[in-house]
Amino acid sequence: MLITKKRGIVWVVAMGVVLLCSAAGRALDQSDAPESVTIGLLEELYEPVEFDHAGHTEMAECSDCHHHTAGTVTQRWNCKKCHTNPLEGDTVSCADCHSPNRFDSQYLATLDNPELYHVEKPGLKGAYHLNCVGCHQEQGGPTGCEDCHAMTEAGEQRFNAGRYSPAP
Amino acid sequence: MKNKIINRRSFIKGGFGGTAATVLSLKSARAAGDFDHYPDSMGVIVDLNRCVGCRSCEAACNKEQGLPEPEKPFNDYSVFDAHESGGHGGAGRRTDETRYTVVNKYELPEIDHPLYRKSQCNHCLEPACLTSCFVNAYTKTPEGAVIYNADVCVGCRTCMIACPFYIPTFKYSSAFSPRIMKCIFCYDTRLKEGRPPACVEACPQEALTFGKRVDLLEIGRKRIRQNPGGYVNHIYGENEAGGTAWMYLSPVDFGEAGFDVHVPHEPVINFVRDFLSIVPMVLVIWPALFAGFHLLANRKEQNKHHHIDGGEE
Repeated sequence: MLITKKRGIVWVVAMGVVLLCSAAGRALDQSDAPESVTIGLLEELYEPVEFDHAGHTEMAECSDCHHHTAGTVTQRWNCKKCHTNPLEGDTVSCADCHSPNRFDSQYLATLDNPELYHVEKPGLKGAYHLNCVGCHQEQGGPTGCEDCHAMTEAGEQRFNAGRYSPAP
Repeated sequence: MKNKIINRRSFIKGGFGGTAATVLSLKSARAAGDFDHYPDSMGVIVDLNRCVGCRSCEAACNKEQGLPEPEKPFNDYSVFDAHESGGHGGAGRRTDETRYTVVNKYELPEIDHPLYRKSQCNHCLEPACLTSCFVNAYTKTPEGAVIYNADVCVGCRTCMIACPFYIPTFKYSSAFSPRIMKCIFCYDTRLKEGRPPACVEACPQEALTFGKRVDLLEIGRKRIRQNPGGYVNHIYGENEAGGTAWMYLSPVDFGEAGFDVHVPHEPVINFVRDFLSIVPMVLVIWPALFAGFHLLANRKEQNKHHHIDGGEE
């Protein structure tokens, strides 16, 4: 219900911008990073989020969000066991690894593969929120839903909010 | 004469057969308590460390199930406040005929942020509601859902008493066409098509993880192992009430987060199956037995009367 093909396409386009920027030079540094990223994953219920990527590169290391895919060494001990020599990859955008359909039967079937180590990789929405909200809680950033997401009319209907609030 | 004896023999044989059938049916009633569960059934593991109390699950459930308009918007967080929670000994809001799932907030001294806990039907592997229902209105599906058929329900509400988690609720507004209201794991609209329930899909934090129950237990154990300080070493629902499809991970003792920690680890049917297995026997044998006693007693009386009458003559 939340994830439609149309919004999937919007998402792919949005992340294409990121990929183009990363393809320009293989060695990623701050100047390669996009200024901002439009995230429209929840655009049915919320207006797309304009993520101030440049602003966040001043507050966090690349690896804080991109793990081992942006050419920097991850600090997580568990990741370092395998990802010892991080190279900037083609998989820089969140959506390249984190599925927007984390709980679909096709995705769940892939978890049966006995060779798979990352059985617990969050879906795209979970990856965003766990990373963003987790850091915002620690660093005192905004944590309210509507601090980042402005509700659309469909969102107000879903939440019985705004114009669709119950009569007092 | 010979013919007659054979007839009587075959009759007796039939009688033995009937007794054997009764015994076998008792055996099958026994086996019900040792039901081996559906191996590929689905479940959800709820991680209290991840929930931020956004109530997206409540909103999604309300729309998916076509439930009535809430009293307050789903983005109104004042419902978490104690005075809103009302009675139930401070246990917080409860599921009712207007909501199949609720999130409650717990302020605990040992952690620096509030803890939120979603509750809904836990979809037991051997559901007490199903066991208690004498019209078989409940079904445990191979996908893992405990669903309910309002067409056969007579509104006795035994399931509400039987449920160890106090989940099924009665639609008192339509008492003449009885209807129990409870989470059905979005069975009709989602689960049977292999899709996650609406609440799981709506959860931004992936506090709700949907998957095969056996895989979820592994996920739960892995999270506990990798963050031993962050979780108590227990998966609520792994064994409670004989195991549930919905399970929980918590950073604090489950009792502090509103869970009933005294729920037995055996399915409720184990406490009643011995009794229930006697019921058919009582119904079949007792009438004949007591009718026989009655006849015997009467025969004696009648004989006595007959004897006295004879003596007088």
